[in-house]
Amino acid sequence: MKSIHRFLLIVFFIASAVTVFASDEHDQHAHQDTHKKEKFEPGNFIMDHIADAYDWHILSYKDKHVSVPLPVIVISEQSGFHMFMSSKFHHGHDAYKGFYIAQEGDFRGKVVEKIAGKEVRPFDISMTKNVVAMLISMIFLMWIFISVAKAYTRRKGQAPKGMQSLMEPLILFVRDEIAKPAIGEKKYEKYMPFLLTIFFFIWLNNLMGLVPLIPGGANVTGNITITMVLALFTFIITTVNGNKNYWVHIFNTPGVPWWLKFPVPLMPLVELMGVFTKPFVLMVRLFANITAGHMIVLAFVSLIFIFGQISPMLGYGTSVISVLFVIFMDMLELLVALIQAYVFTLLSALYFGMATEEHH
Amino acid sequence: MGLVTPELGTFIWMFLAFAIVLLILKKFAWKPILNALKEREESIEDALRSADRAKEEMAELQADNERILQEARKEREAMLKEAKEMSSKIVNEAKQKATQEADKLVESARANIESEKSAALNEIKAQVANLSVEIAEKVLRQQFAEDQQQKDYFKKLMDEVKLN
Repeated sequence: MKSIHRFLLIVFFIASAVTVFASDEHDQHAHQDTHKKEKFEPGNFIMDHIADAYDWHILSYKDKHVSVPLPVIVISEQSGFHMFMSSKFHHGHDAYKGFYIAQEGDFRGKVVEKIAGKEVRPFDISMTKNVVAMLISMIFLMWIFISVAKAYTRRKGQAPKGMQSLMEPLILFVRDEIAKPAIGEKKYEKYMPFLLTIFFFIWLNNLMGLVPLIPGGANVTGNITITMVLALFTFIITTVNGNKNYWVHIFNTPGVPWWLKFPVPLMPLVELMGVFTKPFVLMVRLFANITAGHMIVLAFVSLIFIFGQISPMLGYGTSVISVLFVIFMDMLELLVALIQAYVFTLLSALYFGMATEEHH
Repeated sequence: MGLVTPELGTFIWMFLAFAIVLLILKKFAWKPILNALKEREESIEDALRSADRAKEEMAELQADNERILQEARKEREAMLKEAKEMSSKIVNEAKQKATQEADKLVESARANIESEKSAALNEIKAQVANLSVEIAEKVLRQQFAEDQQQKDYFKKLMDEVKLN
């Protein structure tokens, strides 16, 4: 417990240090914002909260924005490699070295530059909010499980204790309820590291996404790129480990009339598509579930502001109902966080099981 | 559309980070944890199995004990029976012997008696012969008195010599 406190404290200090630095700078721009006191747009509000960003927004009060700046790393076709903190953009209001954050259009919210009068995206490997949140969660993951592993070697032959006894049932759940039934008693061991990693990575990030404060609040598992990488790993492992039986099943599906395979290879095409649709569905399912959950919560919050614009009292009234709904949704999301981690892991395990199944 | 468009930069970060974390966790976390869990399960299974075996052995031992006890009991019974038989045999033999002995004694007593008797008879016979001779002698001494006298005398003698 002590070490968790220490960890959180360190994170908090780092965060607040950069935050203070960030908040100093935008006073001068406050006046720019005042004249375009924009109408509340729930669409943009929700999208801004779900989408990735170049700085980690913590709160805005009146015209002050408090956020953690993050490194922007871009390689421009014109001017080459650039690396600077996102605070240089002053929350999207300024350009820096010709780069700025597009406010509308296809590249809304992304760093762009103008080349020959056209908005172009440079090669962008910035450490965005999602990247940083993902890295923090990975450090957290490594820290938890390496310390648990140490506990196993240190307390050999003894009953589990503390974090170890919290994680053990989860690890056993992945092993006994997911890997063993899906892959089979003989081959499951090879896939355990991957299954455990995605299970805990997805679950941890789902949960961190529900926490509104830093280091949570980033929509990591609701980011299509993140789920794409996870699904890609499942795809690679499935394809690399596919045995003869698996490929025969795809290109010469047994138990199907021959005219479905020749002269038009209809079944092989369908099966081959299945190879790609399976990970694709994995990618979309996790992304859509988590994003949808966040959207609903944000929509309830938006309701408060929509009614608040009509009349402040109406806004206060709505907030009671909205908050109740948000609490309900958050409870549901806690469940969804686990279920989606479970489903992703289970389906991955099933695909591995299919790829390594022996002829029967 | 930005929401469903994958970002190359994020992709690169995520791919590298995930691959590295996967390898690190595999080596430093999952392997030791899974091995430890497996080891523990095996040791528990071993312990259960050996407990079962111990139980079986105990039962076997108990059965053995029971059998030995049973055998001992049987043996004891057999010994008792044998001893009883032996004793009754000895008693019988002794009885028989005693009877025989008694019979023999009676027999010899009878034989003794018989021989005594015959000896006595012989003696009596000899006595009678002697007496007869004496009587005859006395008769002969008086023979020549009268017939009647003679007869009386004879009669008197005869009365005297009453076989007692």
